[in-house]
Amino acid sequence: MSVNDVIMDALVANNVGYVTTVPCKQLAGVIEKIEASSDMIHVPANREDEGMGLCAGAFMGGKRPAIIMQNTAIGVTINALATLIQFYRMPLPMLISYRGEVGEPVACQVEMAVHTKALLAQLNIPTYHFHKPEDADELSDILSYAYMGRKPVAILMDATFWKGQ
Amino acid sequence: MIRSDVLKTLIPIISDELVVCNIGLPSQEMHLLDDQPTNFYMLGTMGLASSIGLGLAMAQSKKVIAIDGDGSVLMNLGSLPTIANNQVPNFILLIIDNGSYGSTGDQPTYAGMKTSLTEVAKACGCDNVVECAAEDTADAMRAALAADQTTIIVSKCESGNIKVPVIEMDPVTIRDRFMGAVAS
Repeated sequence: MSVNDVIMDALVANNVGYVTTVPCKQLAGVIEKIEASSDMIHVPANREDEGMGLCAGAFMGGKRPAIIMQNTAIGVTINALATLIQFYRMPLPMLISYRGEVGEPVACQVEMAVHTKALLAQLNIPTYHFHKPEDADELSDILSYAYMGRKPVAILMDATFWKGQ
Repeated sequence: MIRSDVLKTLIPIISDELVVCNIGLPSQEMHLLDDQPTNFYMLGTMGLASSIGLGLAMAQSKKVIAIDGDGSVLMNLGSLPTIANNQVPNFILLIIDNGSYGSTGDQPTYAGMKTSLTEVAKACGCDNVVECAAEDTADAMRAALAADQTTIIVSKCESGNIKVPVIEMDPVTIRDRFMGAVAS
């Protein structure tokens, strides 16, 4: 099974009902499946902090939210994570395309990659790094954990992982 | 009329509705004038009131009013195309447009200069955009609540603030109380 299908199955198994996305080349396949799914509302956002506002509202409206984004966006979401998602104790799984890792063709992506884990650690956000396609098998449990703990949780998915598409 | 005057005229109309209140003085004034479980007070995250309101409206069927400011809308201008392209029958965005950053000392915003948020919202594709004078805001809100259509109200009012205390309620209490009201 492709990692895109494993991700979709995990979202459906966890009753995720509201997904906002900002695209990345590595995420194209999974975003296409989310758009086509009748199990969840898909809202493309223009920026990731906007997406977090949408997810916060959807959570208060009774839906389980998730955001799909690229790691370069960590910088623009720190305030939303700290003063909205964490301050009000809301769950938010962040499925993150981890650009700038081994296999990356674009040098500029490395510049945010070197800060990604440090920023997430500074924010005390539980962080998982998917490197091999079989790592996706843990996603369902990670989603359950995020909703149980009512916290943002980051899942970084690098280029080697996406070879499993 | 300043923002607090506009809010006073709205309270009899919106008191029982779900209201997402923008950070700073809008939240503090609503908290002082009409604290309700149906009010969600933003204590941080300037710019996201319209996004939180839209997410809430999309996730359930009760009417949702987001009370935003011109400065905050300018900070998250990307929200307007998202609203335009995801129009739901139960979402009202009220932009209190006093042309200034009220909570930080009334510094002027571009909305008080050359930029018309009404025209921006229309250009983004929002179908039902109503610009009104401050004293007509209550009527515009009544009409918006009666209509089953995403409505953006741009209420042009004067800048100025009343003295209000900081909200000391715990954010989790605000959120939990609000979620109870949403689910009831």
